[in-house]
Amino acid sequence: MKPTVIRRLRGRLMLFLSSAAAVVGVCFLFAILFSVIRNGIAGLSPELFTDDAAPPWIENEGGMRHAFLGQLLLTTVAAIIGIPVGILGGIYLAEYGNGSRVGRFIGNLADVAIGIPTIIIGTFVYSLLVHPFGGFNGWAGAVALAFIILPVIMRTTEESLRLVPWTMREAAFALGAPYFKVIKDIVFRSGFSGIFTGVSLAVSRIAGETAPLLFTSFNSNYLTADMSGPVPSLTVTVFQYAGSPYEKWVLSAWASSLVITVFILFLNIILKQIIKRRQVL
Amino acid sequence: MKAVRTFFYKDSLFRLFSLLSALSVFLICAGIFLSLLRESVPALREFGFFGFLFSVEWNYAESLFGAARPLLGSILTSLIAVTVAAPMGIGIAVFLSELCPAFLKGFVGTAVELLAAIPSIIYGMWGLFVFAPFIEVTLQRGVSALFSGLPFIGSFFEIHYAGGIGFLTAGLVLGVMVLPFIAGVAKEALDSVPKELKEAGYGIGCEKWEVVRRISLPYAGRAVRSGIIIALGRALGETMAIAYIIGNMNIRLTSVFDPYVTVTGVLVNEFNEASGLQMSSLFLLALLLFILNFSTLAVAKFCIAGKKS
Repeated sequence: MKPTVIRRLRGRLMLFLSSAAAVVGVCFLFAILFSVIRNGIAGLSPELFTDDAAPPWIENEGGMRHAFLGQLLLTTVAAIIGIPVGILGGIYLAEYGNGSRVGRFIGNLADVAIGIPTIIIGTFVYSLLVHPFGGFNGWAGAVALAFIILPVIMRTTEESLRLVPWTMREAAFALGAPYFKVIKDIVFRSGFSGIFTGVSLAVSRIAGETAPLLFTSFNSNYLTADMSGPVPSLTVTVFQYAGSPYEKWVLSAWASSLVITVFILFLNIILKQIIKRRQVL
Repeated sequence: MKAVRTFFYKDSLFRLFSLLSALSVFLICAGIFLSLLRESVPALREFGFFGFLFSVEWNYAESLFGAARPLLGSILTSLIAVTVAAPMGIGIAVFLSELCPAFLKGFVGTAVELLAAIPSIIYGMWGLFVFAPFIEVTLQRGVSALFSGLPFIGSFFEIHYAGGIGFLTAGLVLGVMVLPFIAGVAKEALDSVPKELKEAGYGIGCEKWEVVRRISLPYAGRAVRSGIIIALGRALGETMAIAYIIGNMNIRLTSVFDPYVTVTGVLVNEFNEASGLQMSSLFLLALLLFILNFSTLAVAKFCIAGKKS
């Protein structure tokens, strides 16, 4: 065969393999979605959202209300702790600490911190807030989640603020505005939509976290708003139910997985669309 | 004058608070290291650092613990994941940036991105109930039918446990989980290749694949390599999916289909019921994983990605 033919054939083959990889990747998403929907849809019922846990041997009773609300509570508290600190830190990285040695060091460290395994953060918070206080508690779970989103929010805030043109700050400085006013009224406002989408993506990420909650807020079968005791969470409940021998619990686990997955995927699609729309403009 | 002074104080205050918030990341990292170290002192005293690192024991009755198998399991599953995901991820990136027709781009790109958004526990359930049984009837049966009769190496392909779970299956599921990350990094890098470079390639008569292979990929190489290392770091710390699929058995590996242990799997299964020396050993395991993961990510960030110009 002529060398050109071999070259062309090899090129076609490699490009075909690339396309095949894309097809397989898309197939994985749909395989996962399909099995979650197929197994979960049978367990979807109003009771899933209105009932609390019931023993597995009682037919037609028991739901996940306690877990849904517990997860909501933990995520909200984590967001309340993590978002302000993360945004302030991001402001330091992009503004006051811009170009300084401390700023660069913290920025790089935040990148590495994003990759710290969440279960390690769980063990850390266990030794920080669970062991010394004598038991699993909701605060520990929320703090663990807050530690996870903190570096993410810091980095997205920094990136959004860096997109604001430097000349806008200079215009405000020229009017005699002090730096904190420039940041508060000019820079932060211009970067707000970017920060908002970034923060929402980060929160959607911790809404599906399981590992850091196992050793901190643990789990509970009761509806509770008492953060000083164990707080139920959807993900940990799914983990326990899915590994249980009771068919009813496995079904509840699938149904809850369906709810989590649909919620997180829709949130992601919407937020990514917003981000893309902004980039086009 | 007074207004200027209050401005100065407010600005200093704001600056101080933002600095403190930024330093919280440092405090978390340092806090993790120090508190895990403190908790693992009893285990370090009992076994010694290297004694713990290279010991394959995990014996509750005699209180003997070692990190060799969980660490090997974590590294092995992560390497399998990256070996599978790296070529696939680069392939997807090539498809998206060079081949994909415009109307499919958004769909394929979003679908691959969404793979990253699915919570780890969903991967675990899917892996346990759907993927592992699938692997059992396809890959395991097929490969063991082909190879288990062979002399010498045949025993490596025997199936000892039913259900399809094991470190190979766990590695494959991990591969699906890190795939979108590698694909995303590679696509971004390929998109940043200057048009002129590619056109120069086409100008001297290169095929499309040759332009990708000889011009685009080398240009994007650094970013792609650091992306792969970061994916390796993520795979090392992945927990919930692994906890379902690995099988969590502290045994000597004799077959590629055997269940095994990982650091994260051991932590999930034992942490809440542990006490005393076992607890301390678990903390030491967590510390070792933290160091391994942290150094992997640091290598990706500083050695391979290099300084941004």
